[in-house]
Amino acid sequence: MELVDIARWQFGITTVYHFLFVPLTIGLTLIVALFESFWLRTRNPDYLRLTKFFGKLFLINFALGLVTGIVQEFQFGMNWSDYSRFVGDVFGAPLAIEGLLAFFLESTFLGLWIFGWDKLPRLVHAACMWIVHLGVLASSWFILAANSWMQHPVGYRYDEESGRAELTDFAAVMFNKVQLVTFPHVVLAAYMTAAAFVIGVSAWLYVSKRHGGRVATEEEVEAGTAPAVLAEAAGERTMYRRAMRISAVVLFVAGIGVVVSGDVQGKIMTEVQPMKMAAAEALYESEESCAPFSVFTVGTPDGREEKFAVTVPCLLSFLGTGTFDGEVKGINELRETYAETYGSDPGATYYTPSDYVPNIPVTYWTFRWMMGFGALGTAGAALVLWLTRRRRDDVVHRAWVGRLGIALPVVVVAANSMGWIFTEMGRQPWVVFGLMTTERGVSPGVSIPEALISVVTLTTLYGVLAVIELKLLARTVRKGPEPFAEPPDPGRDDHDADAPLTFAY
Amino acid sequence: MLGLELTTVWFVLIAVLWIGYFALEGFDFGVGMLVPVLARDETERRVMINTVGPVWDGNEVWLLVAGGATFAAFPEWYATLFSGFYLPLLLILVALILRNLSFEFRHKGDTAQWRARWDTALIGGSFTAAFLWGVAFANITAGVPIDAEKDFTGSLLTLLNPFGLLGGVVMVLLFLTHGAMFVALKTDGEIRHRARALAVRIGLAAAVAAVVFLTWTQLRTGDLASAAAFVAAAALLVAGIGAARAGREGWAFLGTFLTVVLAVAGLFLALFPDVMPSTTDPAYSLTTTNAAATPYTLEIMTWVALVFTPIVIGYQAWTYWVFRKRISTRHIPTARLADSAR
Ligand code: HDD
Ligand code: HEM
Ligand code: HEM
Repeated sequence: MELVDIARWQFGITTVYHFLFVPLTIGLTLIVALFESFWLRTRNPDYLRLTKFFGKLFLINFALGLVTGIVQEFQFGMNWSDYSRFVGDVFGAPLAIEGLLAFFLESTFLGLWIFGWDKLPRLVHAACMWIVHLGVLASSWFILAANSWMQHPVGYRYDEESGRAELTDFAAVMFNKVQLVTFPHVVLAAYMTAAAFVIGVSAWLYVSKRHGGRVATEEEVEAGTAPAVLAEAAGERTMYRRAMRISAVVLFVAGIGVVVSGDVQGKIMTEVQPMKMAAAEALYESEESCAPFSVFTVGTPDGREEKFAVTVPCLLSFLGTGTFDGEVKGINELRETYAETYGSDPGATYYTPSDYVPNIPVTYWTFRWMMGFGALGTAGAALVLWLTRRRRDDVVHRAWVGRLGIALPVVVVAANSMGWIFTEMGRQPWVVFGLMTTERGVSPGVSIPEALISVVTLTTLYGVLAVIELKLLARTVRKGPEPFAEPPDPGRDDHDADAPLTFAY
Repeated sequence: MLGLELTTVWFVLIAVLWIGYFALEGFDFGVGMLVPVLARDETERRVMINTVGPVWDGNEVWLLVAGGATFAAFPEWYATLFSGFYLPLLLILVALILRNLSFEFRHKGDTAQWRARWDTALIGGSFTAAFLWGVAFANITAGVPIDAEKDFTGSLLTLLNPFGLLGGVVMVLLFLTHGAMFVALKTDGEIRHRARALAVRIGLAAAVAAVVFLTWTQLRTGDLASAAAFVAAAALLVAGIGAARAGREGWAFLGTFLTVVLAVAGLFLALFPDVMPSTTDPAYSLTTTNAAATPYTLEIMTWVALVFTPIVIGYQAWTYWVFRKRISTRHIPTARLADSAR
């Protein structure tokens, strides 16, 4: 095993892990801010209970997004020092600006939101979560601009003397055409994730025997309290149903938006990284027109031979070019084109002539799984909207509703990971497309044992943290939302400044 | 811009970011390390942890921005430093992860054992991170082996030299003092008095160690400006301890705050115009010019920094104002404590 392989495994593991939490953070800040605003407007206690409950779940998730983010920030320098030297002039700026503009905003206003229930006027308190949401959007903008530049470098020039890429047009980097379509795709996918999470948790509580699905015990029937118990459970169900319906609308609309933006992304990708599109379909020979798209294949994993396939005629042409008779270039032709363009340039210090073909089975399947899991999620939203239509209450004792609830967020999170693994592995062998190959990016001074220590330590730690996180989430969900309690209003004069803190670690 | 070299401006800005990081996270490291010493029971532990509850995350972002800004303004520095100090940085990462999660997760469990484990993470994480940052900064100032390719050629043992280790000890002692002053300022009741008394005692140890370390630094690489900063830092530490003895907690905290500011500023002054001196050959040293990004990048970054740094400082200051009230045991909600009365 070479250093570059270890560094790649580490980057893949830590980034995919970071991105398990990030979409939920992006989306939950929006949904929690919405719930709190609804509460302020309607004064319906359910909204406050939902705000606090999902706020709690959000914080458990945020903690892990945060700590894994710190690793990302350090990792470029630790494992990829030659990459950092080469791109720092261009790539460092968005990263630094992300910290200054976004991370400060997020962390400070989140602190105010968590501890500020009894310190801030209500409107200001709700505004804090909206500001956090703005912060995470800003954060996504800058980090995606950095990533888009790696997919499609613009606004720079290669300086022979310093041997590095140098920034010439900052606006071009910020408004890279890849960035302009990646940002909505990723943010909408994040909204899908959080909406699926809220639906899942609510659906589970809706049918749970201890919450919405509660039935009266024999003692309660005898004691005559049964009607009250049942009425309370029905009240709980109204709340969960409301949460489910709001989120199902978000999931459905965002799901459509993801497909639309993904379609545009496919076209831009075909233009700037044609090899990635060919790899996505495992298309070896160019198709002059009407290239088919295979939904599913059984055959050799690299797609050279197929035994059984479900294909949609002309769809690949449409995905890649926007017309059903567009030409799509195949891997074999592109490999030669790439070799001509990049293969024989002796002046470039920063790349190694290479095969230019990414890992085909990975790109082929991750692309499909992204779309397939996403379609499942969107279909789930439609199903939830149908099941909860009007005042229907009869799904309540069906355990499968709870199980469906648990599956929904898992499916959407998986779609996200698949999309990224496709995007990043499909770019290989480049780390910066057309400029620097991945193997040239690693730190020359780092030894293999050091890198191994690092990847093993972080992977082990992350594994343990995943278990803790899941346990905490499960425990918090099982407890369910707390009963309504009117929060203290520091905006009013009779507020008791010596009362215990509303929230304390 | 004002006739100043942009590279110098960015050296100063990065120094400011690190100073902000150590002056702010310094006290929350201190609070973390002092939990087993100052708190007598679970309620008091929670009092201590809640003094930094709303702010520790914002404090830590100073580190992230310092890292990002170094990447943007001095890519070579970022690359050499982060790949060179590989294992210490990995340890710092693990320490920060455990410590941060302790804040968020500790109160979420019901058993005494759960809380005790996260306390260990908080204490160990705070201690490890504080110590290793001290080691790292001592080594940056003193210089490390760097070759013509700007790559670090030493090993972990290169960094664990007496000067580096002393730097770590000083950092820990300073942060302990700083943290104790913060607890004294932010709490009420018995713990406040305990913290103040401890701050005076640890403060004296910190003062002795800091004077030795800063003098040593001054003799190795110092100039007039760094000497002035070091002397002022030492004087302020002594003044802060005096204020603590006199019961003036606000002034005492300001004293240690400025001590950290000036001591770190002094290290950067001693470093300038190098950013990472090479002990292999001074010609290989990374400097503010040979490690810098292009003027265009620096210019953009300067505008961003000029506009946003004041805003950030503004709203962070506002947070401290919102949470200005002292916390005491009666402010801690009791409900969840039932099972940990032992
Ligand atoms: C819920 C998640 C989700 C869903 C349902 C989809 N995607 Fe996606 N996709 C992502 C989540 C995602 C992602 C994880 O967010 C990626 C990774 C990088 C990026 O820009 O977004 C991504 C990348 C990505 C790329 C690669 C961009 C590049 O490498 O430059 C393409 C072409 C598409 N998507 C296209 C689609 C299409 C046509 C979809 C539906 C029919 C679709 N995606 C559904
Ligand atoms: C938006 C910011 C991102 C940046 C700047 C970025 C940058 C990088 C870099 C520098 C590498 C290492 C070189 C390489 O092996 O190609 C890499 C690889 C990788 N990244 Fe990303 N990445 C980003 C987002 C993500 C996300 C969100 C994910 C997943 C959820 C992801 C998944 C991967 C994977 C799986 C690899 C390994 C690919 C391989 O080695 O074949 N990346 N990325
Ligand atoms: C598409 C890729 C990425 C997106 C959209 C993204 C977005 C976010 C968001 C929204 C947060 C704050 C919420 C949370 O902590 O869960 C966060 C945390 C963080 N991310 Fe990422 N990230 C991505 C990849 C990366 C990469 C590649 C880096 C490395 C430079 C990085 C660095 C960080 C850091 C340092 C934090 C912690 C900040 C804090 O204290 O709140 N992220 N990221």
